[in-house]
Amino acid sequence: MKLTLMVFSIGIPLAAADSCIDCHSVLEGSLQAPAKSFANDVHARFGLSCADCHGGNRSETDPEAAMSKAHGFVGKIPRTAVPDRCAHCHSDARFMEKYKPRQRVDQLAQYKTSVHGKRLASGDLKVATCIDCHSVHDIRDVKNPLSPVHPLRLPETCARCHADKAHMAGYKLTTDQFASYRKSVHWQALAERGDLSAPSCASCHGNHGAQPPGVGSVAAVCGTCHVMMEDLYKKSPHEPVFAAMGAAGCVVCHSNHEIRPPSVAMLAGPTAVCSQCHDAASAGGMAAAEMSRQITSLEKALARSDEILATAQQSGMEVSEALLRQREGRENLVKAAVAVHAFRAAAVQKPVKEGLAIAAETYQAGVGALEERRFRRLGLSVSLIVIALTLLGLRLAIRSIEGGSTKTSSIAER
Amino acid sequence: MASTPEPSPTPGWFEERIGLRSIRAFLAHKTVPVHAGTLWYYFGGVTLFLFVIQVLTGTLLLLYYRPSAAEAYESVQFIMTRVQFGWLIRSIHSWSANLMIFSAFIHMFSVVFLRAFRRPRELTWFSGIGLLGLALAFGFSGYLLPWNTVSYFATKVGTDMAAAVPVVGRNLARFLRGGNDVGGATLTRFFGFHVAVLPGATTLLLLAHLALVQKHGMSSPQWAVDDYGRKGQPVPQMPFFPNFFLRELMAWYAALGTLGFLAAVLPWELGVKADPFAPAPAGIRPEWYFLAPFFTLKLIPSHIWVFEGELVGLLGFGLLAVWWVALPFWATDRQGHERTRWVTGAGVALLAYLASFSALGYWR
Repeated sequence: MKLTLMVFSIGIPLAAADSCIDCHSVLEGSLQAPAKSFANDVHARFGLSCADCHGGNRSETDPEAAMSKAHGFVGKIPRTAVPDRCAHCHSDARFMEKYKPRQRVDQLAQYKTSVHGKRLASGDLKVATCIDCHSVHDIRDVKNPLSPVHPLRLPETCARCHADKAHMAGYKLTTDQFASYRKSVHWQALAERGDLSAPSCASCHGNHGAQPPGVGSVAAVCGTCHVMMEDLYKKSPHEPVFAAMGAAGCVVCHSNHEIRPPSVAMLAGPTAVCSQCHDAASAGGMAAAEMSRQITSLEKALARSDEILATAQQSGMEVSEALLRQREGRENLVKAAVAVHAFRAAAVQKPVKEGLAIAAETYQAGVGALEERRFRRLGLSVSLIVIALTLLGLRLAIRSIEGGSTKTSSIAER
Repeated sequence: MASTPEPSPTPGWFEERIGLRSIRAFLAHKTVPVHAGTLWYYFGGVTLFLFVIQVLTGTLLLLYYRPSAAEAYESVQFIMTRVQFGWLIRSIHSWSANLMIFSAFIHMFSVVFLRAFRRPRELTWFSGIGLLGLALAFGFSGYLLPWNTVSYFATKVGTDMAAAVPVVGRNLARFLRGGNDVGGATLTRFFGFHVAVLPGATTLLLLAHLALVQKHGMSSPQWAVDDYGRKGQPVPQMPFFPNFFLRELMAWYAALGTLGFLAAVLPWELGVKADPFAPAPAGIRPEWYFLAPFFTLKLIPSHIWVFEGELVGLLGFGLLAVWWVALPFWATDRQGHERTRWVTGAGVALLAYLASFSALGYWR
């Protein structure tokens, strides 16, 4: 018995008595809910409990004594005090070292610079505090897919307030960001392809220090991922013009939340974004049309190669090398789309030229494969005719040997 | 009036060295029974013909194939795209492997239904089953050699099954893989099995099988013996040479035409190069001749009572194999009477199981 106790005391930490959980578990409604959901809370996993946030003494079995002010019991924490309450531990590097040594400890400092933090400080109780995003009593690790701030769930979490017209009334903000974001290429990457590195709200606005990117910093925010585009844009003739106009860089052409997959239709045609500022006959209009023409020609050439290679592949021809080259051709298409951000037709020309050369090569590979297929089928036909004639010859030889009779009895008599 | 040429008093050059006359005399005496089931006799020869095709095309592939994880896929790709008629040789090799196994199965079931395994042909049956096992081993080892994704993961699944064999499973899997997992060492090892160990074993067993066939001759089914016996006649016989041989030659030509058609119209795919660090793609399955046991193992629950389901499945297959190999012993009762219905029932049941479970394994 002693040995058993010793093994348990060494291997598994004995659950400390927690009168908060014990009592609230048998209560009803909102008094019971925190005790029930706390079992899933990341803090419970590390041995923390109600008293670590709400004060009081969890080892006292008498409710009066457990929730006495003498033990620092504060009860329900006011919304304005929530950030400081969380920061009590989360801003303490020494304390956090014991549980999450790699976690940042500047969340409160950042929060205070955010729109949320500033408005809370000014007495606006509707703005988000820690618990509005991270939940309360069932706080999960950010990497846990059930956490409301997991990358896949974050847009919906932000939208709980930002898409609620009643909640947002009086803030002079639209409530269509989430609906717009769900039409974007970023949402497609995040939700449809499951790419957790795809940007969601916090990627551009920040998380704890959340605020809209200023006009001057939009290009830098987008450039965090789209490095090449930002670099080309900053050297382009558009940058000083947009800056002088007070226009927010990338957003002028690509929008902010509803960022659609880019296409040549943005350069020329009835839905072109360039035509919003440039006449078709102007230098800018003509450059846009030329870039569109070049990229379209590469797209068509690659599509033509795709088609012939697919036909060859369906016929069982080995065209994997050409298909690999075709990928290089597509890379040039991407490079050309990136080069558009220099807003000069000459910049687009180089990758387009290289891509066209590859497309011509892969198309020839497809033509060669189909020619080879024709040759094989011709060879097969000739071979089958020869085989059929041989079979006929053999049959005649057998008939001749067996005297023209196929009856087994006559064969047997031989 | 034409005079009959007199036999030469001195033997010819070849006659002196080879003894063609004795071979001719031997062939003249060899006969094949003629009855309603004579057609099935051709499948042994067709299997042999396809094996010869395997040896010839395999030898040609060896000229360019490189048995290492870094070069295997590229070398097969080179054979298919750069080597003159390399695509044809590789496709014929792959298709003839499959047709050979298919033909071997037909041969085995025809032997069962014609009762050709009866005394004194038990050893012929054992050697034939051994050859079928070697053909399956050829298929399993050759499947990995192009080193593509499907073959890589199918080999992983196959060697995992070997690991589930009681007592020796882990060591058997390590022996097959040349390590703890399928990798470059497995490829080199499988190549060794495929081009040295298995051909050697097959040649010896094939010679034994042919010698036994030669010794005992072709078996006449009991119903043919009875039918002709009632008429007071023996089962009619056809001279092996040239009558049967020419017919066999026709079957070989037909097989050659089928091979050419398949190779030209449905060339064997190369697939995508294996990436041992990539997750297994969906729908991985072995070659068709392993589909029935593969699908059966998928249906077996993970645990049956206190035993692992896979272990129970493998034990079941082991017992089934032993029972099937021992067919000549249980096909007759102690009084020497044939258990015709038992044998036919077992053959039909096994055939139905293999056909239906292979189809289910392919489509589901």
